[in-house]
Amino acid sequence: MRLSLGDKMMQRTIYLLLTLMAVVMLYPFWNALVISFNQGSDTALGGVTLWPRAYTLENYYIVFQDRRLLNSFMITILRTLSGTALSVFFTALLAYGMSKKSLLFRKQYMVFFMITMFFSGGLIPTYMLIRALGMLDTFWVLIIPGIISVYNMIVIRTFFAALPDGLEESAKIDGCSNYGIFFRIVIPVSGPVLATISLFTAVGYWNDWFTGAIYITQDQLLPIQTLLRQIMNSNIMTEIGSSNAIALDHMNRNRTITTKSLTMATMMIATVPIILTYPFLQKYFVKGVLIGSLKE
Amino acid sequence: MKAAVKPGVWKKLTNQLDLQSMVWPGIIFVAIFSYIPMYGVVMAFQQYDIFNGILESPWVGWMNFKMFFEAPEFWNVMRNTIVISLLKLVITFPAPILLALMLNEVGNMAFKRFIQTVSYLPYFLSWVIVSGFVFSLLSVDNGTVNFLLERLNLIQEPVNFLAIPEYFWSILVSVNVWKEIGFGSIVYLAAIAGVDPAMYEAASIDGASRFKQIYLITLPSIAPVIIIFMILAIGNLLSAGFEDILLLATNPILRPYSDVIDTYVYRVGILNARFSYATAVGLFKAVISVILLVTANKIARRADVSLW
Repeated sequence: MRLSLGDKMMQRTIYLLLTLMAVVMLYPFWNALVISFNQGSDTALGGVTLWPRAYTLENYYIVFQDRRLLNSFMITILRTLSGTALSVFFTALLAYGMSKKSLLFRKQYMVFFMITMFFSGGLIPTYMLIRALGMLDTFWVLIIPGIISVYNMIVIRTFFAALPDGLEESAKIDGCSNYGIFFRIVIPVSGPVLATISLFTAVGYWNDWFTGAIYITQDQLLPIQTLLRQIMNSNIMTEIGSSNAIALDHMNRNRTITTKSLTMATMMIATVPIILTYPFLQKYFVKGVLIGSLKE
Repeated sequence: MKAAVKPGVWKKLTNQLDLQSMVWPGIIFVAIFSYIPMYGVVMAFQQYDIFNGILESPWVGWMNFKMFFEAPEFWNVMRNTIVISLLKLVITFPAPILLALMLNEVGNMAFKRFIQTVSYLPYFLSWVIVSGFVFSLLSVDNGTVNFLLERLNLIQEPVNFLAIPEYFWSILVSVNVWKEIGFGSIVYLAAIAGVDPAMYEAASIDGASRFKQIYLITLPSIAPVIIIFMILAIGNLLSAGFEDILLLATNPILRPYSDVIDTYVYRVGILNARFSYATAVGLFKAVISVILLVTANKIARRADVSLW
């Protein structure tokens, strides 16, 4: 296709703007990574932007001495894995039931679920409930309140409803129960949609800091994001120093560590799982958004 | 529903117990974690006290609502909520549409894919991480923004941006655009991909420039999608932000510009333990939001677009 002069100018501008945008998108991440590999005392002099000026691994060395961090990392992994498994299982089970036209009270159930998407009791009544259930300061509060997602249920249900009827007919003739059909036929053919929902859920669990901030007070149960926020608002140097002799000794001898350099290293560690899975995340998330936005 | 009173219902129900039992865990769950808190909003009309609980606490009518409307913070909180929401509606909301339109003009597939990959990334980072980036970039020591401005001789001294209330709205909205623009564009790109290419060809033969084609073909074609998201955004008008504000406005000096309904509820409710009062403020917000959503949906119905 031949482009007119005006069209060409517009294209050039678009390429330029998009390139600029890419730089703006990547820079904050890159700069934080650079700072985490740079001596803190050197960073404080200013001007560390695209490349470490005084390269060092000591920030990571010190951060790994912090037992709270490793513990929070484990808690978050445990939370993400178990939470995602439970959530996807119960949400998919619910979605399968709701996808059946023969389900009695289907319409009423749907209204019951839809209402929660537009109206909620709010922060305080939810907090009072969690407290009344005795879930404050337990591992369960990190998992259970998020198990059923109405939005995800609708996405999965749309997918199930579009499966060909014939798929289940033969199994029914063979006397398979609804559970048999669900486990042996429906789940195996729903790989892509379940993978997408799993990733959505897992990223949600991994990135959630607020649950930990309001329901957890014990250090040993803090998810990594909540801990990270605490670290950003406190003096991580004294905190690590007061609990770990090796780290204290190192910091006293070298005097190159700063709160900022340690915070950046901690942030990078908390982001590693997201970066490692990013190629999958990207692929499946795009699919998920498109399934989710289809109106029935 | 007439079917619900037919005599055969009980029998039908017992015949499909296994199917029903797939749905019940979800129903029980939502009943506990969504409906009990909805019932919990009655606290807004009580003087809740921990020892008496919801059942025994004294009723006070609209007192908590009155207290909020007369609170010294009220106008400030409402102003911030509405201004931040409108800023997000005017800037954060159209940004992904603009990006999708621009991406659609890119012929080089590798470049297009690269831009998409890069622009989705921030969406996957938690707000805690994002706020860490913002603090770092805007900081006085080795903050890149100050570094650049100094290099360009625009400022003499580093500026502590996150301690100046007047800057907060711009920072908040920019960060939101940064985080959401790429991911938000996915839906619009898909909608654009669904436009009939013959329309562009016809317009092209008629001599319409690309810009004119975007304006006259692409935008009207994706209007229904835009309207759906617009309805949702209007329903969320009183949810100006929560995580982002809580994490970025750690400096209390910013409060005259950063305090919105949700952060106010969190502060007085959880941190100051004024449960009934905070519930009333939250309920006020929830009710207005539902009204806004229903109204927006009604208006959109005239254009044959509806959420339900």
